[in-house]
Amino acid sequence: MSLLRKISAKPWEHAGELEGLHGAFTPGQSAGRTGLYMFLAVVTSFFLLFMVTYYTRMQFPDWEMLADPKILWANTAVLILASLALQLASNAAKKHEFSRMRNWLLAGGILTLVFIGGQWVAWEQLVASGYYARSNPANAFFYLFTGLHALHLAGGIWFMALLGFRLNQPNRREQVPSSVTLCATYWHYLLLVWLVLFTLLLRT
Amino acid sequence: MSYVAIADRDHEQHMHDPQTFITKYIWSQDHKVIAIQYSLTAIAVGLVALVLSLVMRLQLGFPDTFSFISPDEYYQAITMHGMIMVIYLLTALLLGGFGNYLIPLMCGARDMVFPFMNMLSYWVYLLSVLVLCASFFVTGGPTGGGWTLYPPQVILPGTPGVGGGIVLMLLSLVLFIVAFTMGGLNYVTTVLQARCRGMTLMRMPLSVWGIFVATILGLLAFPALLVTGIMLLLDSVIGTSFFMPALLSMGEASEYDGGSPILFQHLFWFFGHPEVYIVALPAFGVISDLVATHARKNIFGYRMMVWAILAIGVISFIVWAHHMYVSGMNPYFGFFFATTTLIIAIPTALKVYNWVLTLWRGDIHLTVPMLFVIGFIFTFINGGITGLFLGNVAVDMPLSDTYFVIGHFHMVMGVSPILVIFGAIYHWYPKITGRMLNDRMGRIHFWATLFGTYAIYLPMHYLGILGLPRRYYAMGDTSFIPDSAQAMNAGISIAAFFVAAVQLIFLFNLFWSRTRGAPSGGNPWNATTLEWQTPQTPPVHGNWGPDLPVVYRWAYDYSVPGAKNDFIPQTMAPEDVPTSDDSYDGSEGAHS
Ligand code: HEM
Ligand SMILES: [Cu+2]
Repeated sequence: MSLLRKISAKPWEHAGELEGLHGAFTPGQSAGRTGLYMFLAVVTSFFLLFMVTYYTRMQFPDWEMLADPKILWANTAVLILASLALQLASNAAKKHEFSRMRNWLLAGGILTLVFIGGQWVAWEQLVASGYYARSNPANAFFYLFTGLHALHLAGGIWFMALLGFRLNQPNRREQVPSSVTLCATYWHYLLLVWLVLFTLLLRT
Repeated sequence: MSYVAIADRDHEQHMHDPQTFITKYIWSQDHKVIAIQYSLTAIAVGLVALVLSLVMRLQLGFPDTFSFISPDEYYQAITMHGMIMVIYLLTALLLGGFGNYLIPLMCGARDMVFPFMNMLSYWVYLLSVLVLCASFFVTGGPTGGGWTLYPPQVILPGTPGVGGGIVLMLLSLVLFIVAFTMGGLNYVTTVLQARCRGMTLMRMPLSVWGIFVATILGLLAFPALLVTGIMLLLDSVIGTSFFMPALLSMGEASEYDGGSPILFQHLFWFFGHPEVYIVALPAFGVISDLVATHARKNIFGYRMMVWAILAIGVISFIVWAHHMYVSGMNPYFGFFFATTTLIIAIPTALKVYNWVLTLWRGDIHLTVPMLFVIGFIFTFINGGITGLFLGNVAVDMPLSDTYFVIGHFHMVMGVSPILVIFGAIYHWYPKITGRMLNDRMGRIHFWATLFGTYAIYLPMHYLGILGLPRRYYAMGDTSFIPDSAQAMNAGISIAAFFVAAVQLIFLFNLFWSRTRGAPSGGNPWNATTLEWQTPQTPPVHGNWGPDLPVVYRWAYDYSVPGAKNDFIPQTMAPEDVPTSDDSYDGSEGAHS
């Protein structure tokens, strides 16, 4: 592994050597990508701990399963489409086709909002049928998972809006395509998180 | 805008004056300014925590004397003291302060890679501090549930601060974590992406390694606190039962049902143990650099030091339950955690050996930073050894929740990192301000702090072995505790006041030397690392001149045989190194 090789180098030897190292730092994509991956690691830790907690809490006798609203299936489909739209936006970004990119971004954003709206409907349905957060931890976890996941998507939309804003500023427009690719990665990741959460909620 | 009347321009100049001040010192995106902002805020709130500890010591040393300290206030003081010291002072100062200042300078970068996010990180941190402090002023006061915030009692009526206090505390923690994450993503990405040419990972000074790995620990462990905080908040505000069991509270059945306080403890300590290394690793790193610089010797076993940092980072995630031996866990579980706890002591001890071996036959300069280094090594060994005691289930059972634990963690997590922070400030103050801190005041500060803190914490181990319980407002008539324990408590309190007073010398020194200290020049300690090679001192915005530095060697070329000076800066190419007189016979293998 290259990391192992790197950290077994003997730094006190080879003074003067400069080869094999990256040169001056250029801000932009590589830093953005590293930052995003680190952030995804944080998000992973966050949701993973929630799931472990969920699983542990489930073992206690007062746990009562709740009937997952059917609309979640439709919401899932919408989120998949949103992720797809972002992928297409990212493909367009790589070819520097700005107008196509803008359209797909818009589509992705709207689909995501529809998803969040759909989750809200699911909440309403649950409340209407008496599944209050206070009455059972299973309910509380449901609201918590869906809410926090939606919050992460909302953060993504905010970032996407910033990108849209930048698209209209000629001098910053060139930075947008690489950020769109990062955006798509973030969306795919949140889709994955949702699929895992959804499976967990369905099966328990 | 092509034409502006001169009078208007003048006017505009005036309008801009304060604005430049604001963008320079307030809404600054310069990592150095953000570092200072972080540090000053952390020190300020740390002073609040210091005062709270004095309140506690007044009560403990002289019970029944001060009517203004009620039991409730005592618990509030305990809680806020602990939380502020661990999170808002140590974590913020070591990562937000030192991390911000040192990473770009030591890696040869112009700034952090996401400066705007870095600025935001500080302001959200400040907000979290303000929210925390606001809890002093709400009705009911701050929470008094202990810094570990264990449910159920932390949100049950009867505990101080169950209304606003605990809610503000949890909100403040959530904000802190958001701030830390923004900063942490910056530190990690900067280390990975913005090092200058020639700066391989293994040429990085150990300070950067320590801060880097600690930041990764923080990024992965703080989510555990976030999860806990969010769920506890819901339990307390809307009445869910994540952690709250069915119970009788003040004679009435509460509405809670079925939750698990033990689950909370697991989550809390899954964050809590890595947290102690989030504080310790940067301290380890800084100590390594200080010891090499002031002993004019390369650090002993650089690679082992890096590996130990990495090993500690990994293992620190699988030892958490050693804080829960008394929670009634499965003995096999306890056995597992006792084993991992003893295993983590190995890389930790290895680092201590390497510091001592670096000192061994070094050209030790007993500068003020070096004094703090030596003080740290002593103190850390002391605390580490008591940690080995507590790591064993059978020994921990009677000692848990006594003053022995207080002694242990104050030695290892209170005094040790604070000594490092002091040493580091004496070491880097010249770079930050261009002036030396006063040496005489520094020495007085060191010796008084060292002996003072030992007078406080060493006796606590003894009190703990006597069985003196922790977190008690007063002992009352407890038959197994002799009266002499009370005398000892009074002595400890006097020492605590002495130590607190001595810190005023340090604060005075900080302000006094800012304008009156001896000018330091760019590299007063003849150090090799990059931050000492900046074209200006203090470094200007952007750190380096038109060109970024190029690194030719590792960070520890001290006393290299054959070289004229006893240090070779990292930026010096081999062909530029001045050699000693020709009369020198380089039989021991000249520099390469
Ligand atoms: C050789 C290494 C160490 C070992 C074996 C060790 C072991 C332990 C154990 C078993 C406890 C729990 C005691 C109890 O509650 O009954 C404890 C408490 C504690 N330790 Fe350590 N420790 C070590 C190093 C450290 C370090 C390096 C730090 C911080 C920099 C630290 C900070 C703490 C703190 C803050 C607590 C108290 C937490 C609380 O209950 O409020 N320890 N240690
Ligand atoms: Cu621990």
